Amino acid sequence: MKTILIIGATSAIAQDVAKIYALQKCHFILWGRNTEMLRIIGQDLTVRGAASISSIAHDLNDLSVHETQVHAIWEQYQKIDVVLLAHGVLGDPRKAEVNQQEFLHLIQSNFISHASLLTFIVQKMTRQKEGTIVILSSVAGERGKQSNYVYGSAKAATTVFTDGLRNRINGSGVEVITVKLGPVDTPMTRDHKKSLLFGKSPAVAQGIIEAINKKKNIVYLPFFWRYIMWIIRSIPESVFKRLSL
Amino acid sequence: MNYPSWGFYPQPSLQDYLDLPLRTALFPTSSKSVLPRGLGRSYGDTCLNEEGLLLGSGRLHHLIAFDPKNGVLTCESGLSFDEILKFIVPKGWFLPVTPGTKFITVGGAIANDIHGKNHHTSGNFGHHVLALELMRSNGDRIECSRNQNSDLFYATIGGLGLTGFITWAQFRLAPLASSWIQQEQIQFNSLEEFFELSASSEGKNEFVVSWVDCVHPKKDLRGILIRGNQSSPVESDNLIPHRGSSLKTIPGFFPDWCLNSFSIRIFNELYYRKNLTSHKTNKIHYDPFYYPLDSIHHWNKIYGRRGFLQYQFVVPYKHDNGKALHEIFELIRSSQMGSFLAVLKTFGSIPSEGLLSFPREGVTLALDFPNYGPALLQVLNDCDQIVQRAQGAVYPAKDARMSKESFACFFPKADEFKRFVDPQFSSSFWRRVR
Repeated sequence: MKTILIIGATSAIAQDVAKIYALQKCHFILWGRNTEMLRIIGQDLTVRGAASISSIAHDLNDLSVHETQVHAIWEQYQKIDVVLLAHGVLGDPRKAEVNQQEFLHLIQSNFISHASLLTFIVQKMTRQKEGTIVILSSVAGERGKQSNYVYGSAKAATTVFTDGLRNRINGSGVEVITVKLGPVDTPMTRDHKKSLLFGKSPAVAQGIIEAINKKKNIVYLPFFWRYIMWIIRSIPESVFKRLSL
Repeated sequence: MNYPSWGFYPQPSLQDYLDLPLRTALFPTSSKSVLPRGLGRSYGDTCLNEEGLLLGSGRLHHLIAFDPKNGVLTCESGLSFDEILKFIVPKGWFLPVTPGTKFITVGGAIANDIHGKNHHTSGNFGHHVLALELMRSNGDRIECSRNQNSDLFYATIGGLGLTGFITWAQFRLAPLASSWIQQEQIQFNSLEEFFELSASSEGKNEFVVSWVDCVHPKKDLRGILIRGNQSSPVESDNLIPHRGSSLKTIPGFFPDWCLNSFSIRIFNELYYRKNLTSHKTNKIHYDPFYYPLDSIHHWNKIYGRRGFLQYQFVVPYKHDNGKALHEIFELIRSSQMGSFLAVLKTFGSIPSEGLLSFPREGVTLALDFPNYGPALLQVLNDCDQIVQRAQGAVYPAKDARMSKESFACFFPKADEFKRFVDPQFSSSFWRRVR
């Protein structure tokens, strides 16, 4: 039976990934901020077949606890098969353009907290010489655009960080998977106008599981974003700067 | 986002929307009137709250408990039938009652006391609900069942979301031996034939439903009766749930002129002839059997931006051979306003429990019409008169236009029901008929 550590466990995509693993009777460590939400999710996963649930209710932006918390997890479990980093916020892009606090909040919630956690998690994972670390990044990190470049730059940093990490620990037996998500229909995007390009959370979760099983390095979900981003990246900057994407 | 209903009629202009973040969260502070909202599959205005707040159950999709021995599921109110089936089918259970789409929530199923193809054997969804929790606007949480706060329980079954917000519910499932259904399709060529065929089918078949062609110019009615039972278990692929959502989706509104009386007649002609033989038997998965339209997402957009109206009524038929039904068919046919799909079914004698439940013994017909405007509204008002005289009822979940007087006549317990309506809860439908 696998042991799964889910960081940002209350996010919609994380919940859908957990549902699939629950059918395989896995052990879960759920880390999120909201105690009550973690209790409800834990109950759901137990009904679905989870072997055990333990919850850590602590703000992921509180970097001071990362080291001790990660240490405590490995003390208890020794071996973790899959670590999923799924937390993040879209924030208010307009506010982040002018307000330092919002700007720092976006960078912290979408990059610094991930990088900090990974610093400690990777040490534990490489010591156990097997397992998979999955980081949810975004296609928004592939090219900055006026609509959400603060969020995008945090995701770009996350992508580069995980690329470097994968390179550094190559051969250690630990896989690092960067998932580049297109927009997904979840509570996070509730106020966005939905187009045909929006992914569905259960399908994205299935894609994440497949990426883990196939030991992929980088995946785009839904898959067609690979091609959309290829086009977007190839637009000359002199043209791109005039677009309102 | 203006959170329309499934029929896009009437079009709401101003509604706030808020998802309840957790089933244990506090009731939101708002001075506006509140209406619970699930997946918005009601056709008319029972799921609309113009100038009010829609309190969504989109985040309440968690299981709470499952008893695999007795088939009892406890879950949050926003969980969809789609999700429930994926969980219970592999375990040998099925929904006790299901409508023609799986994209509805448990809360919506209770609030509309929905029915399905097995009404004659299993009654409504409400019959299978064992307990539920209501959150009232004063913050109270009231657990209701047949033994505990039973008056509020019976008001909430079919209560159109007006008695409070259902946070969770517990209900019985039906045992499932196979996810396949042995179905038979039989043509009939008059209403009399339909009644005979229905009566002879109901004893031996768990599911019975009919499609009728109500635009064919011939005087007698024609259609296809579909009946079926769970297929007997086979060795493999026995309990296979349906697959995830298909990619087929209607990308945008069709132009309004696409569906007109001519194209509707062609469609009905082809549908009638699709089987080639008058009697056909085959084995079919539960997904296309129960949910044929679910395979095309947003099929409601084929009616165009003007939207469409559903009209479903029930009338007794045993004492007069369906005279009221004849009259309504005649009225529709002479109006030349075609219904794209017409579904005919008899309801069994199991009495409904909810104060506002729609099903009652008789024959029910569901019609859908492109929004032809005032002329259509006039025809439907005339239909209401026939239903009133026959002491039948029109289904609120599909209604966008019935009058106060009709509502009072169709639902004689409405006055009793009013006592249980939460003071802060309302809907566009409720303000219209109250």
